[in-house]
Amino acid sequence: MKPRSVFGASLICSFLALPVLAQENPEIQQRQGQFNLFVHNFAVLGGMAQGRVDYDADLAQTAADNLFHVTRHDQSRLWPEGTDTDSVDGTRALPAIWENLDDFVAKFGALQDAAEGVQAVAGDGLDALRPAVGALGGACQACHQSYRAEAS
Amino acid sequence: MTVSDPASRKKKPVLTVLAVVALGGAAGAAALWWITAPTPVSAARLAGLTGDAENGEAVFHAAGCASCHMAPDPGADPMVLAGGREFLSDFGTFYAPNISTDPTHGIGTWSQDDFVNAVMAGVSPDGQHYYPAFPYTAYIKADPQDIVDLYAFMTTLPADATPSRAHDLAFPFNIRRSVGLWKALYLDDDWTITGDLTQTEARGRYLSEALAHCAECHTPRNALGALDTSQWMLGAPNPSGQGRIPAIAGPDFDWTHFDISAYLETGFTPDFDVVGGSMAAVVNSLQQLEKAELDAIAAYILRTTP
Repeated sequence: MKPRSVFGASLICSFLALPVLAQENPEIQQRQGQFNLFVHNFAVLGGMAQGRVDYDADLAQTAADNLFHVTRHDQSRLWPEGTDTDSVDGTRALPAIWENLDDFVAKFGALQDAAEGVQAVAGDGLDALRPAVGALGGACQACHQSYRAEAS
Repeated sequence: MTVSDPASRKKKPVLTVLAVVALGGAAGAAALWWITAPTPVSAARLAGLTGDAENGEAVFHAAGCASCHMAPDPGADPMVLAGGREFLSDFGTFYAPNISTDPTHGIGTWSQDDFVNAVMAGVSPDGQHYYPAFPYTAYIKADPQDIVDLYAFMTTLPADATPSRAHDLAFPFNIRRSVGLWKALYLDDDWTITGDLTQTEARGRYLSEALAHCAECHTPRNALGALDTSQWMLGAPNPSGQGRIPAIAGPDFDWTHFDISAYLETGFTPDFDVVGGSMAAVVNSLQQLEKAELDAIAAYILRTTP
């Protein structure tokens, strides 16, 4: 083999050895976009629950309605195998998700239930909203605790 | 022996050197044995203390006992201190032991003094060192009364018969006596943040440095695993996996007093991300304290940035 082709071959090998980038897995960006929409609405409710902003029944109800709907987005194409932190860069989704898929799905179901719970009371005043938002945060936390890596 | 005997002239210095080395070696070994001996808390500090389980419950939540000693399976009850969670380190893997009230596998037979010695001095009832994965490095700063109260509370918790798992450590760290040398180098009960603190900041320092042991994760360690206090709370690699434990001091940390206290109360960051990873269990514990205690921690955390 000529020196140049050796160099070429090793260059190809070094590219092959690189982790697959998130851009090559559009599902990762799409599911991150979904979580951004969760946060976009959760911030309204959490801000009121924490007392950062005044309670506003209309704003709270709109955010809760949005959360109800975005948490019902079909997940079946967002979590393909091989899109975990061990396989690719650009995600914090731990391999434990795919090792405990039933539990992961159950926790997502709990998130949907909690979102429904917030939707039911969002317009009923701050005292009604706060525990429901706490339960919603608890549903987020349950997944983050087991299935999300620390940020880098 | 005469000076003219060449053989004895050669032999004598060798014998002297050997004798000196032997004596010095024996003295050195004796000194090392003495330095590395486990030292319990002085009896005078423990005399006459009786526990109050109600305050002990608050100490339990502030000190984060459950975060490490609850069972590892998802959904485990934090009040059942069955142990088994693993903690990766540069020295091997530590497994949190069973500290439930089970008399065989837990600490059900421990006396109050046994308990305080374990928590505040890292010494077991049979006089062995504990590894500093157990943060007695923080609890040494605690008020013994609080730890006696903690004992009173923990005796009310359920028993669990899960056997403790042996740590999996590399030589020489698997020799417990070596921890004595580590303690001689690094274990002390001085506050890290000093100076004129308000009463609230001082309470926050007590909660953070002596009980909640925030620095154990949020401060980087040196080659021997001791906290690098010159980088107090400036963030550190995550020993148990990907990513970093974030800075909670310094130029990259811009949370307000409200942000910190609200995060510890609700688990929501200022951007309304929700707490995860190993911090989730910490928030679950701390959110059971009174709000004034969380405000005190926030005041202390803001005080740690020079």
